[in-house]
Amino acid sequence: MVQAGKSERGAKTARNDATVTAEKPQAVAGLGRAALLRAYHDMVLIRRFEERAGQLYGMGLIGGFCHLYIGQEAVVVGVQMALQDGDQVITSYRDHGHMLAAGMDPRGVMAELTGRRDGYSHGKGGSMHMFSREKNFFGGHGIVGAQVSIGTGLAFANRYRGNDRVSVTYFGEGASSQGQVYESFNIAALMKLPVLYVIENNKYGMGTSVDRSSASHDLSQNGAPWGIPGAQVDGMDVEAVQAAAAAAVAHCRAGRGPYLLEMKTYRYRGHSMSDPAKYRTREEVQKMRTERDCIEHARQHLLALGAAEAELKAIEEAVKTQIQEAADFAQASPEPDPAELWTDVLASDVAASDVVAGA
Amino acid sequence: MAAQEITYRDALRQALDDAMRDDETVVVIGEEVGRYGGAYGVTKDLIASYGEERLIDTPISEPAIIGAAVGAAMTGLRPVAELMYVDFLGLVMDQLANQAAKIRYMFGGQIGVPMVVRTQGGTGRSAGAQHSQSLEAWVMHTPGLRLAMPATAADAYHLLRHALTLPDPVVFIEHKALYARKERTDLAAPVAPWGQATIRRAGSDVTLVTYSRMVFTALEAAAALAERGIAAEVIDLRTLNPLDMATVAASVRRTGRAVVVTESCLTGGVAAELAARIGEECFDYLEDPVIRIAGEDVPIPVSPALESAAIPQPPVIISVVQRMLRR
Repeated sequence: MVQAGKSERGAKTARNDATVTAEKPQAVAGLGRAALLRAYHDMVLIRRFEERAGQLYGMGLIGGFCHLYIGQEAVVVGVQMALQDGDQVITSYRDHGHMLAAGMDPRGVMAELTGRRDGYSHGKGGSMHMFSREKNFFGGHGIVGAQVSIGTGLAFANRYRGNDRVSVTYFGEGASSQGQVYESFNIAALMKLPVLYVIENNKYGMGTSVDRSSASHDLSQNGAPWGIPGAQVDGMDVEAVQAAAAAAVAHCRAGRGPYLLEMKTYRYRGHSMSDPAKYRTREEVQKMRTERDCIEHARQHLLALGAAEAELKAIEEAVKTQIQEAADFAQASPEPDPAELWTDVLASDVAASDVVAGA
Repeated sequence: MAAQEITYRDALRQALDDAMRDDETVVVIGEEVGRYGGAYGVTKDLIASYGEERLIDTPISEPAIIGAAVGAAMTGLRPVAELMYVDFLGLVMDQLANQAAKIRYMFGGQIGVPMVVRTQGGTGRSAGAQHSQSLEAWVMHTPGLRLAMPATAADAYHLLRHALTLPDPVVFIEHKALYARKERTDLAAPVAPWGQATIRRAGSDVTLVTYSRMVFTALEAAAALAERGIAAEVIDLRTLNPLDMATVAASVRRTGRAVVVTESCLTGGVAAELAARIGEECFDYLEDPVIRIAGEDVPIPVSPALESAAIPQPPVIISVVQRMLRR
């Protein structure tokens, strides 16, 4: 559920009430069966994709960093459903779900994880660094919090051009301790930039729980000093996410400035593949998985709305096939050409070393 | 366009003015760039022509300014982000080195970051240890960033105009002691294309390789050397990325001797890089080891007497060259 009360209290402490009146998030009306089925599909797609990525990692086919999104699927799927064509998305390194939700091809994403030629970045970006102009996905960034300034710049460009696009800038609760996040909040609020900041609070920044890293216990209010309205959202409920995001995006698109949503979510796996997650109990994880799982929650709601088991089964089968294709594609795609090492450092045709050799 | 008397500052301003007139995607963003007109006056009165929408005064938030410029550039705008002092690179190296410089490469060449970071560095105004550094080595050591360091007003104009056509991030380091320097020049055409060094003074006995304000220090030394019968050639690199080793090597092969002069400090710096490359490319032609004359490895002091002692002065160059040539 969206918790509007707190955000309103926080907003009133800001200096200019006119700019901070929080949208009263609508009571969650629900997506309706057709849209919820689409959400269900997208969440299952991300879940199965990540499970397969984890397997390929275990088989040694994916190296380096790999941060799985399992558990948090409702966040990106719900937010994406509130967007229009042209809206931009930027996030950190736990980005596979964001790309799939934005409509990027699972084959290209998986092939990037395996570092192959047909990956979105031709093997040079990997799990953390992909981009799609077509889907308005702006990465895939590895430095905690840095994408928040960049996402604010995307919003600046939108306002400069006078279009009605919104920049959705995701970051974790860990990144919410970075200084440039608040520099960006100030600038976005000053300039009334159309940026939706989404904090994905999965409770742990690597192994440090949010209680141990943030003196602020309601991160949705972290923009309050700048008059940025915020709301906490049940990030395990795709319908709640969609409703909150729709209200927030409408606020941004209407020229009323930035908005901040704190998604209360949870990641089931470790921070990355090398993290055994010993900083939390097995019971804590198990409790979230059994009681709060976003896919199971949507499934139950769909059944209540009259969806047939067979319909859901068909979705799961279709996803299974799609993921198998992606995995096959990612393993069949050739390694990058060694000459690619020197391409795309800079665009110009000056020698790759950017030294005009005297020899 | 006829030759005119113009300062380095006004040439930069003219470049911004012309670029903004010709290209609506050019926006200037930074601290005090709008109403104030820039800490060193480079953007003076541009706000009257282009308004607050394109001369964007920001809070004192360098990482967010550079980061926002990266984001705007990813959408195809051409932000000119002003970093008031190059010393503030410490605040923004993450956005420059980890974001701006990497985006094209790590996204497989699908997107670039066509932005310019205008900043200024160097000594000469008793600005002290935190406002007088020459930090180009930090930038040069980062693949993915272009780096221009103009010495003359004409180059200030043309290199900045060209930087604002490039598809990649450019760090454009001006010199604070050059802003008021006047020269008679014709802005109609550049002295050389972007990426090419230029020979500021021809000579056959030794090659002085330098850039930015040290060009004038080297020219002063070369004039004094000429009186002693030594013909020093002075090369102005103009850009450090691209780095035009072709012009440098051709000169050194003719003269057989090279002295590298930089205001930035000696150790691990640009002078070391240039000396190494000259050694590698011209070894068989060298009559003497390549000598580096660079800033002292000290923080820059405020006292004018100490400050000038911290960076190369003409007498040092003269004596090094005389020793080299044994005359």
